[in-house]
Amino acid sequence: MSPHAASRRQLLLAPGTLFAWAHLPKLAQAEGRDPRFLTIILRGALDGLATVAPVGDADWLAVRGDNALTLDGKTPALKLDDFFALNPAMPNLHRLFQENEAIIVHASATPYRERSHFDGQDLLESGLPNPGPSESGWLNRTLAGLVPAGRVNPRGSRLFAVGPVTPLVVRGPAPVLSWSPQRVMPASEDTVQRLLALYRDCDAKFAGVLEDNSKLGALQQSGGMVQKPGPAGPAQVRAYFAEAAGTAAKFLAQADGPRIGALALDGWDTHFNEGIAQGRLSQLLGTLDEALAAIKSNMGTAWRETVVALATEFGRTARINGTDGTDHGTATVALLVGGALKGGRVIADWPGLKSVDLYENRDLKPTTDLRAVLKGVLRDHLRADERVLAQTVFPGSEAIKPMAGLVG
Amino acid sequence: MGANGVPSSGKNAAALGLHRFGFGPIGDAITAIAADPRGALLADLERPGAGRLDTPNLISSGEAAREVFDFRAERRAQQKLALRLQKEVATGGENQAQTMAEAVQAPGSDSGASPLKVPLPQQIILGEAKARFDAAASADIGFVERLVWFWSNHFCVSADKDVAMVGAYEREAIRPHVLGAFADLLQAVESHPAMLLYLDNVQSMGADSIAGINRDKGLNENLARETLELHTLGVHSGYSQADVTSLAKVITGWTWIRPDDPAHGGEFVFVRRLHEPGEQTVLGKRYADGGLDQGRAVLGDLARHPATAQHISEKLARHFIADDPPPTLVTNLTQTFVATEGDLKEVARTLITSDESWAAPRTKLKPPAEWIAGVIRLTGTQAQIPIGRIMNAQVALGAPLWRPPAPNGYSDAEGAWMDGIPRRIDIATEFAGRAPHADPLALLDSGLGPLASAQTRSTIAHAESRSQALALLAMAPEFLRR
Repeated sequence: MSPHAASRRQLLLAPGTLFAWAHLPKLAQAEGRDPRFLTIILRGALDGLATVAPVGDADWLAVRGDNALTLDGKTPALKLDDFFALNPAMPNLHRLFQENEAIIVHASATPYRERSHFDGQDLLESGLPNPGPSESGWLNRTLAGLVPAGRVNPRGSRLFAVGPVTPLVVRGPAPVLSWSPQRVMPASEDTVQRLLALYRDCDAKFAGVLEDNSKLGALQQSGGMVQKPGPAGPAQVRAYFAEAAGTAAKFLAQADGPRIGALALDGWDTHFNEGIAQGRLSQLLGTLDEALAAIKSNMGTAWRETVVALATEFGRTARINGTDGTDHGTATVALLVGGALKGGRVIADWPGLKSVDLYENRDLKPTTDLRAVLKGVLRDHLRADERVLAQTVFPGSEAIKPMAGLVG
Repeated sequence: MGANGVPSSGKNAAALGLHRFGFGPIGDAITAIAADPRGALLADLERPGAGRLDTPNLISSGEAAREVFDFRAERRAQQKLALRLQKEVATGGENQAQTMAEAVQAPGSDSGASPLKVPLPQQIILGEAKARFDAAASADIGFVERLVWFWSNHFCVSADKDVAMVGAYEREAIRPHVLGAFADLLQAVESHPAMLLYLDNVQSMGADSIAGINRDKGLNENLARETLELHTLGVHSGYSQADVTSLAKVITGWTWIRPDDPAHGGEFVFVRRLHEPGEQTVLGKRYADGGLDQGRAVLGDLARHPATAQHISEKLARHFIADDPPPTLVTNLTQTFVATEGDLKEVARTLITSDESWAAPRTKLKPPAEWIAGVIRLTGTQAQIPIGRIMNAQVALGAPLWRPPAPNGYSDAEGAWMDGIPRRIDIATEFAGRAPHADPLALLDSGLGPLASAQTRSTIAHAESRSQALALLAMAPEFLRR
């Protein structure tokens, strides 16, 4: 084993890891552009209505009750337009939106219409029309369809590992590199809460340790104490992910660094005590928001040529369930940010929130196919071929036309 | 059914046996051994070469000590040369400086290599750690490997004292004897340079020995005390300070050849010049001065001592079965130990064939490294996770490999590891992230089978992602405890 290979294998392949194409896209470069594209997969099913609230919908309060974000609530939502407002945990995304560098596509969904995370995530990442085994993901097949213009700088790419295990979205024939922070990513609060519930049922001693630990974590946060290794908590996940995303942006910004990459952030499965304005979801959205700010700031001048696409496997129920959370749903939001966008818009063919308007009388009804959004970005930003997009990247999606006018 | 209504076959007993005595199931092991779990464990003891590692690329402790000595000497020379070079440049002697720069870069020196090159001592320990961990991760059951880990911890040394030899020590002194006679194990351990260095015997000399008289130096009783207190009889078993002092005198002269000796540096040697002359009395028995043989004789008697049998049996039962082990099991083990004069394979057989070993509730918390090995076997991520990450995880959980805080090794009590449970969630999450192909529900069946509670099944089935499901499985009480 050469020392070089050994050091590359030291790298971690887990959430917070950047996966990047080893080549530069030739066609876009030939036009004198140098586009950057980053996708962030949000696993666990993001509550689109709690992220971007339809405050202008007359049925909004009836659906969400006390949990509805409003412009005059205790923590007021951030106004986007006359109809939609953003979760207050995302001031950076709000600023990007006002600067025309963010697009929100609401009531969007993949073609998946059932409610299993595992299948939903497979489909989100594979780009296939139906759940089922897949050996490759849509981003990798996009790369495989692009003409490469030489490898990224080997000096820069030494920081990357050629990973044997990558998330499905970037798995496939095109060579992919990966980089991640050396530190271990703290487990998500969601994982900790699920274990706490299990331990309370089955192992009181373990439950006690987790409870004590979260108390200690809260104490550290409230006391403004210096973070030490030990109790993980939302604040640590936040710092970790912002650092990971910011470093990913630095790589993409380098003149001869990678151009196309993927990250993932898990923990969005908010079945109980969702904490929309304050609490778990708020923390997670804040984590994402800080990461977006870090990406913009570290992209430097390359931000002008950047698109970041954020997508989740499906949305959550329109109504709040019996435990102050939401269950698995259907349509949700897709977020696009970046200096290359024609932003400042919420794109939505709004389906409405009356019972009859909901999908199966429970979920926000999907009116925009997520594939149309992604195909629009991939075609207009990376110059991916439309026929390849319809047949190879998202097979069987000829009828789903790329959404025009997102970029430029 | 065995005696006392303890099931001796079936998936339940199979899963219990794999977790309690091995490193947890791998593949379809639960089904494979369900017909006769005890037989499968006993068969693990009969494999040819059981306990040994087939790793021709690993070097002996002596070679390691010499190579690390040379490596450090060379590095010191380079640093000194670089410093001289700086001074030369500052005073304007450029030609001279150029020549020296070339000398520093000369072939054969390490300075021309990539800055990413791992320094030799770390390379050695990474290689040793990988061989050890691979053996645990790939074993069919891993009962014998668990015994290796047990004995290595019982007779622990620390890389903080000497990084070159810790890995080789385990291969040379521990592994060949884990299914042999305890007396041979004890002799191998107490005369290994890694142990002599760790517990300071290399500095010890008889006050009345030739070297002691010439240098006005004397005893260091560290190794003698721990041999009695930790390695054999156990604390409060009736030995006195006089016994400690006598044993210390007995083993003066047990030392190593300093590693600057190019032929035999780092190897064991008995140096009569350091040895306290004369007869010594240990535990009421007089030992004539036969040089090295005096110490061999005392160790032989300590290995046969009933207190040693009791001490070892209790420790084994505590490690494998429960923090507070069933007294009848300890009695069984002790009887076997005494009757066979410490035949460790027979003692291991008794551990498996005693119903008490199977009847005890699954309350024992797996210590960190054992749990990590179990997670890697469960997720099939042996090839995906570099040994450096595994060692980092052990550090994060407070159990760095071959670096115990004290000569009594890592604790076997639940209380020592409970605080690390939240950190295990992070590690489970990281490792699970490396197995995106895994099917969590299938792994639930192959990893826990009938041991999984309804709550655990439901928690895993409702996870938000496959990798979360896998992390939850690794953190299920039934997977953490055995």
